Amino acid sequence: MQTERKDPGGKAGGQVFLGLMLGLAALALVALLGAAVFMSEPEIGGLAGDVMANIETTGLANPVTAVLLDFRGYDTFLELVVMFVAVLGVWSLGRPLPPIVPAPTPVLGLAVRLIAPISVVFAGYLLWIGATEAGGAFQAGAVLAGAGVLAFCAGMMPDFEIRQPLLHRVLLALGMTAFLAIGVMVMAAEPGQAARTFLDYPDALGKWLILAIETAAMIAIALTLLALFQGARPQRRTF
Amino acid sequence: MFAVAGVALFGIGCMGLLRSGTDLRRILALNVMGVGVFNVLIATAYDPAGASDPVPHALVITGIVVAVSATAFALVLARAAGRDEDAD
Repeated sequence: MQTERKDPGGKAGGQVFLGLMLGLAALALVALLGAAVFMSEPEIGGLAGDVMANIETTGLANPVTAVLLDFRGYDTFLELVVMFVAVLGVWSLGRPLPPIVPAPTPVLGLAVRLIAPISVVFAGYLLWIGATEAGGAFQAGAVLAGAGVLAFCAGMMPDFEIRQPLLHRVLLALGMTAFLAIGVMVMAAEPGQAARTFLDYPDALGKWLILAIETAAMIAIALTLLALFQGARPQRRTF
Repeated sequence: MFAVAGVALFGIGCMGLLRSGTDLRRILALNVMGVGVFNVLIATAYDPAGASDPVPHALVITGIVVAVSATAFALVLARAAGRDEDAD
């Protein structure tokens, strides 16, 4: 499948010289970058002060989650769109998957039966703790996806795309649609108040809206990562 | 320390990207470069005086997810390209 570039004349010396030059160039680049990193004036505190000054308005205690879901919610929304587009790309390019053969080893099956339930509980914990400590939708989604990949390799993953294609696709898009829906909904003006902009949560509800978005995002992220791992759109088995 | 490792990883990835002949290696090299960038970013977030800056952390977690998605897409592209070459 992968083909090495063949040197037409077999000029080994030229190859070594080229490699040496490339190595020197890479070294020079590293030296330049290193100098740039260390010579740059450290900004005092960066944006940490601004984040901590405004974190009260988000109803969260974890500054990273506050940045991700509130201050820079737009970025995170578009990130979920990127993941969805990646699945579309993989599905439209990939060769259909060969039928999944259940793993012949009992060890893998046992591992899945042990690890999958723990992963689900742990993902829920990570999702909830994301409001105050390290954690959140991406971490939780990654843990769930890990369990899903393991189950997929063991041939124990129910194939949602084949059994429930519509539901599966709705769930794949759930992260960005929930983000979009809640972002638009908060734009509706409450009586006696000015209209808000996209994704500007009301302070009182902020934490719950963010939790709702994160739950939706976690499901979508887990399914998206699993779909990306599979590398192609699952198709109905043809015998 | 993290910044040094990050710059070194970037260099290693850069070298790999320029030297390697196969698609898989190029994709891996790009990923190594990306990890180097994340390392540098995380290092800039560190503040010995107090709490670290959350904005680079959020940037990096976004970057990791996008990198994973892009890598998966690149791998499928590489496989499709290899398939076409086989067909020729």
